[in-house]
Amino acid sequence: MANVISDETIEYVGILAKLELSDEDKENAKKDMADMLDYIDKLSELDTDGVEPMSHVFSVSNVMREDEVTNGDGSESTLKNAPERHENGFIVPKTVE
Amino acid sequence: MAKSYETVIGLEVHVELATKTKIFCGCSTEFGGAPNTHTCPVCTGMPGSLPVLNKKVVEYAAAVGLATNCTITRNCKFDRKNYFYPDNPQNYQISQLYLPICRDGHVDIELPDGTTKAVRIHEIHMEEDAGKLIHDDWEDVSYVDFNRSGVPLIEIVSEPDMRSADEVIAYLEKLRLIIQYLGASDCKLQEGSMRADVNLSVREAGSTEFGTRTETKNLNSFSAIQRAIEAETIRQIDILEAGGEVVQETRRWDDNKEYSYAMRSKEDAQDYRYFPDPDLVPISISDEWLESIKAAQPEFKTEKMARYKEEYGIPDYDINIITDSKKMADIFEEATAICNNPKKVSNWLMVETMRLLKETNTDIANIPFSATNLAKLVNLTESGAINSSVAKTVFEKIFAEDVDPDKYVEENGLKQVNDEGALRETVEQIVAANPQAVEDFKNGKEKAIGSLMGQCMKAMKGKANPAMVNEMLREVMSR
Repeated sequence: MANVISDETIEYVGILAKLELSDEDKENAKKDMADMLDYIDKLSELDTDGVEPMSHVFSVSNVMREDEVTNGDGSESTLKNAPERHENGFIVPKTVE
Repeated sequence: MAKSYETVIGLEVHVELATKTKIFCGCSTEFGGAPNTHTCPVCTGMPGSLPVLNKKVVEYAAAVGLATNCTITRNCKFDRKNYFYPDNPQNYQISQLYLPICRDGHVDIELPDGTTKAVRIHEIHMEEDAGKLIHDDWEDVSYVDFNRSGVPLIEIVSEPDMRSADEVIAYLEKLRLIIQYLGASDCKLQEGSMRADVNLSVREAGSTEFGTRTETKNLNSFSAIQRAIEAETIRQIDILEAGGEVVQETRRWDDNKEYSYAMRSKEDAQDYRYFPDPDLVPISISDEWLESIKAAQPEFKTEKMARYKEEYGIPDYDINIITDSKKMADIFEEATAICNNPKKVSNWLMVETMRLLKETNTDIANIPFSATNLAKLVNLTESGAINSSVAKTVFEKIFAEDVDPDKYVEENGLKQVNDEGALRETVEQIVAANPQAVEDFKNGKEKAIGSLMGQCMKAMKGKANPAMVNEMLREVMSR
């Protein structure tokens, strides 16, 4: 195993992902992440000089729609996902910048 | 202060595009619907939903890029910007980091000394807007409305080329004019369809290195931008003069207090972990497509001004003001095409329209009357059917309610009285009732005729032909 994930890294990734990790979770996550990076490192064995970075696996481009309204009032189905609602709004803990 | 300083400013301008639908779904972008009525699984970030790009967004973004001298990125794509906030249901915003649609442009601004200056545009990228949070005044909760979530935006990022608030305003006005002419957005700062964030730093005059910059947000008018720039410049100079260091941070402007306060500093800067959006395939802009966008570019202010001069023969001053707003230019051209009287149409726009806009605090982009009704009014006045003071009253009615002046004049009996018999009767009465004024006039007091004119017009409810009344008064009195 070539990659070693530090405690600081796993702590930081946890903060970014808004996850509370127990010590055990952290150890498992460190191992998983190191394995993944090792796997990705296989790619370095290839010579990629002059190869454009690829963002998609399919050679498809320009999937677009015309600017026409096709959706009606979606509020009821949208609000089914609200743990709590007030009239037509989702209720969330107060956010003030 | 001992040293002299230079302010260095760059802008990030967000513009809401005037599409009918959102950027990645067929929900309406219409403003003002009840909360969450314009939502679907795509714009509320439901797992398994698939965004599909609105073609019009690409066309508007490219059109703005072409009009600001940018290079269009022929193969571009979308990236995910990851962050958590309740107004962002996907937990990422779809934006463009690596290959923005437009790069390396510039707009020319006119400086007070008459010279022009190029403000360079670093890039323009397409992205989606977030939802809206409404904070409860009493309870410790906020409400989320996702109607704005997924409304298309372009972000126009300038280089740090501006040196004063005046240059910033000139740049923003120029951008707004270009975008309004393109019809790509209405660009209303107050309503948030155009938002500017100000990146500002100061440095000693003559220095070639940049100072540490801050970013100021929440600027909802040109005057707020002006005040915020002045306040931030002074704040940073004060820190430097006191031997301190400016902290790189985001600040929020409070226009009521005329003060900005720190929102977040670089230490807790976000790590957005951008990566290509796997749901959206790359965009490839072909020669044909780009040519068709180019071909659809409208006539901009400079070209319009040259044409007006040639075609309509109205003063340069009028031309400059009329072409300063797409809406006004449209009304001018349409009304002139109907009544064929550019000078009179221009006068109504320059004088009465401007006055009423100011009095009613209405934005020029929202001029509330139709060109047809203005043209009809011009025709009514020119044919002598109504006199100029009645025309002014009718115009106020057109401005307020867009009434049809032909009907309005007819229904309210406002037609000018050109009937000699009726006029003569009134004139005789007024002359008979005012021996003193008549005497004064006869003794060479030219002014006396004014009060008699006024009384005649009043007696005829303002509808008399003033030239005829004047002539008749003189005739009757000289008897």
